[in-house]
Amino acid sequence: MIRLENVIKYFHKGSVNEVFALNNINLKLDEGDFVTVIGSNGAGKSTLQNCIAGGFFPDSGKISIAGQDVTAWPEYKRAALISRVFQNPLLGTCPSATIEQNMAIASLRGKRRGLARGVKARDRDRFRNELQQFGLGLENRLLDKVGLLSGGQRQALTMLMATMIKPEVLLLDEHVAALDPKTAGQILGLTQEIVKGRKLTTLMITHNMKHAISFGNRLLMLHQGRILLDLQGREKENLTVKDLLEHFYRAQGEELAMDSLLLS
Amino acid sequence: MTLYAALGAVEQGMVYGIMVIGVYLTFRILDFPDLTVDGSLPLGAAISAVAITSGVNPYLSLLLALAGGFMAGMVTAVLNTKFKILHLLASILTMIALYSINIRIMAGPNVALLGVNTVFDAVTRLGVPAHYAGLLIFGTFAGLVLVFIIWFMGTELGQAILATGDNPQMITSQGVNTHWVIILGVGLSNGLVALSGALVAQNQGAADVGMGLGTIVAGLASVIIGETVFGCQTMARAFIAALLGSIVYRLAIALALGLEFGHFRFNPSDLNLITAVLVIGALITPNLKKRLIAR
Repeated sequence: MIRLENVIKYFHKGSVNEVFALNNINLKLDEGDFVTVIGSNGAGKSTLQNCIAGGFFPDSGKISIAGQDVTAWPEYKRAALISRVFQNPLLGTCPSATIEQNMAIASLRGKRRGLARGVKARDRDRFRNELQQFGLGLENRLLDKVGLLSGGQRQALTMLMATMIKPEVLLLDEHVAALDPKTAGQILGLTQEIVKGRKLTTLMITHNMKHAISFGNRLLMLHQGRILLDLQGREKENLTVKDLLEHFYRAQGEELAMDSLLLS
Repeated sequence: MTLYAALGAVEQGMVYGIMVIGVYLTFRILDFPDLTVDGSLPLGAAISAVAITSGVNPYLSLLLALAGGFMAGMVTAVLNTKFKILHLLASILTMIALYSINIRIMAGPNVALLGVNTVFDAVTRLGVPAHYAGLLIFGTFAGLVLVFIIWFMGTELGQAILATGDNPQMITSQGVNTHWVIILGVGLSNGLVALSGALVAQNQGAADVGMGLGTIVAGLASVIIGETVFGCQTMARAFIAALLGSIVYRLAIALALGLEFGHFRFNPSDLNLITAVLVIGALITPNLKKRLIAR
């Protein structure tokens, strides 16, 4: 479970470039919620995720995960509770380490690292099994450096690594946007399988309205740092792309109306 | 080159190879160009020499040198991580500071190690000829350091160091505080460099404040030669290559110093110029190759 209360974030506060990135966000995700997040560029989607992950701290407000107030925790400390998959497939893995080393690093997420062997003999079979379930043909390449893999393979590996230790919340930031359509479909299928199979609380950002509608049990639309739309259950199931676009244009229209009011 | 000169070069290659292993750790693995080494090598020499002349066991003096170098590296890393000073600048600041500190430690610009016990005496007392004693001692130390660093890089902590240099965002998302990893890594690197300096001082019979000049350039040259000649496909191979690269580098220098062109001969003081040219060559060759192929 994760909870945001009155979270406010400015960028470049006090300068001419001031951006009100998160405008009083209140959000509560229940255990097992699979939430998709859409919104135009600059709506605050990635800012929201970074705020949760600890990439930066909010200017005010409170963030709690699994009942703990993590607002002041640095990013590395929150990692014990959070897993992330980034848009850039290169960000989630370590290229000069082997596949098994990467998996070993991920299987210690948030734990103390000492002088024990990085990759233990008993881990290898487990790693191989987990890779086999993915059907990517990586199970026989444990000793290959990750830098040799394709973007899609690296993203699949990142997905697997993100869930080796069950996170309190899984953050997916447009994690298929940089992949070709076929690979993107595979990774999304994998995502669905893992999130459902392990009942992970998930926040998935996407640019694709169809994906936003067809995945998850809840949908958020962000606009200018606010949550414009929060649909779940029946409402979400019956949603179409057309409905979403209407909501979006209505929101923008309101703004235009306000602008014209001010200017007239 | 005489056999005697060649043996001397191999010996130098092995003792400075310990320094090269340290440079490899920062420069290649942590992606942290660290100039502290120009100060931590004489720091190790100074600590060891002063300790020995005050009656400390020469082997124990090596440990003290290692600890001193470790602390110097930590200072650089703390300046970089906690105070956001650019790594190069942070290391230059520590290096400059060490120049004064080293003179303070030695209470002068140098300390002679004449007529005192060094790590070599234990071996020569057993009847090993003096010119093999260096080879034996340095070979043993270099080998031990090599085994240690390969073992260490295979541990959970070692892999965190590897990932920190490779992809800081990834290892942060895995719950590692990269600041501490960098402090540990740069500390360890400079500890090894200081150990190397301590052994050099005991071998040449003196510690001198100027002996660190050009350490980083020699280290880089050895790293690059090692990678080019012996490859770096695996972690173990990369470190072995760094050590062997150091030996090849010292042999090449010995050869160059023996060259004669008519009346022209290289002086030992030309060493830094030769090394700089060598490193520049090695650094720009891949780029030039690419451009030539592209044409």
